[in-house]
Amino acid sequence: MKFRDEYRDAEAARRMVEAIARTVTRRWTLMEVCGGQTHSIVRFGIDQLLPDTITLLHGPGCPVCVTPVSYVDKAIEIASRPEVILCTFGDMVRVPGTQGSLSTARSRGADVRIVYSPTEVLEVARAEPQREVVFFAVGFETTAPANATAAIQARREGLGNFSMLVSQVLVPPAITALLAAPDNHVQGFLAAGHVCTVMGYQAYRPIAERWQVPIVVTGFEPLDILEGIYRCIVQLEQGRAEVENQYSRAVRRGGNAVAQAAMDEVFQVTPRFWRGMGEIPDSGLGLSAAYADLDAERRFGSVTAKQETRGECMSGLVLRGERKPTDCPAFGKQCTPDHPLGVTMISSEGACAAYYRYRIHQRQAVTESE
Amino acid sequence: MCLAVPGLVLSTTGDDALTRMGRVDFGGVIKEINLIYVPEAKAGDYVLVHVGFAIAVIDDQEAARVFELLQQIDEAAGTQGVAT
Ligand code: SF4
Repeated sequence: MKFRDEYRDAEAARRMVEAIARTVTRRWTLMEVCGGQTHSIVRFGIDQLLPDTITLLHGPGCPVCVTPVSYVDKAIEIASRPEVILCTFGDMVRVPGTQGSLSTARSRGADVRIVYSPTEVLEVARAEPQREVVFFAVGFETTAPANATAAIQARREGLGNFSMLVSQVLVPPAITALLAAPDNHVQGFLAAGHVCTVMGYQAYRPIAERWQVPIVVTGFEPLDILEGIYRCIVQLEQGRAEVENQYSRAVRRGGNAVAQAAMDEVFQVTPRFWRGMGEIPDSGLGLSAAYADLDAERRFGSVTAKQETRGECMSGLVLRGERKPTDCPAFGKQCTPDHPLGVTMISSEGACAAYYRYRIHQRQAVTESE
Repeated sequence: MCLAVPGLVLSTTGDDALTRMGRVDFGGVIKEINLIYVPEAKAGDYVLVHVGFAIAVIDDQEAARVFELLQQIDEAAGTQGVAT
């Protein structure tokens, strides 16, 4: 496929790895903040190609993983009402609340439907006017415009049976929260390419300056990620801390203005609780006053904050990049994608799932060939 | 979740900026895609698609930039393995 295969070329990747190896003179720790990038890194073994002096940490890059228990509980409560059809993206149905997930609610009779696109929710609302159709809308900035457009179209069509339970999160405030943590040791960031396709990268400049970290907007294919790492390392070695755009084939400085306008119309910035990270100021989106009538919390009662339960799962530490999945004693033993103990194993984009999918099999393949 | 896939715009329908759709080819699989965020997109362009919405038109020239960078890096290092 064009614009994909050429960035998976092994020879080009090898040349970029060599360039990195020639550039690096000391230890550096970088973090990517996107589950898609984490997946590529683990899948293509990018971390294993790099010199030992470079450590890649995987950040809170999965919106499903950071959705708090309280929202999942609320979604289950709403979905369990007989008049409701609850629609959401596939990964969300397995995320556990205090008691069970949307998937278990469905097996008890709740009408929970998986959608690929927010526009499908509108199709459901049109087809079933006698039911209340609730869209559990999660995502980073990449998904926010599409989710916003569902609200705009519902309003335009006068779909009175459509509402949204919104748990949208924003990336730059999370990066700031990670940098502000007293034990932070991340020295450079790969910023999530598709988030920046929508938002541009101006918001990262003050962060790079204030915390003196290079931030490189990076794509998702192996060569993109290697170039992002290369640019980060060049900056670190030269003592620079700037924002650069590796993913210029899809990211413009100001992002996508039309998409941003849709977001601005429907959403407003709110404080948001992140699973594993706690409350981060200005890190979420909720419905704006103009769209408050579409707020499922208004129709079905508001979400009440709950204490997160702590078990043997260390997904909170994994989400903050403080532990690798393989550091967890339960990884691949008590905890697998079929019997997940934590959200980073449940979501296909979670770091634990990526390590399980690509590393366990790799290890088996190695042992088998020995 | 932020997965976005490049696809080739085959044709577009609708002039209304708010409802513009396109038929987009993803390596042989053709889907109807919402084009409202890429008013500039036309048949023959590659777009980046996320949850049924195109979020950017891929810039051909910028797409080649990484290979130019590799060339420069190799030349600077004198490791020209690409003389083939
Ligand atoms: S491997 Fe399982 S138990 Fe361990 S941190 Fe990951 S999700 Fe939690």
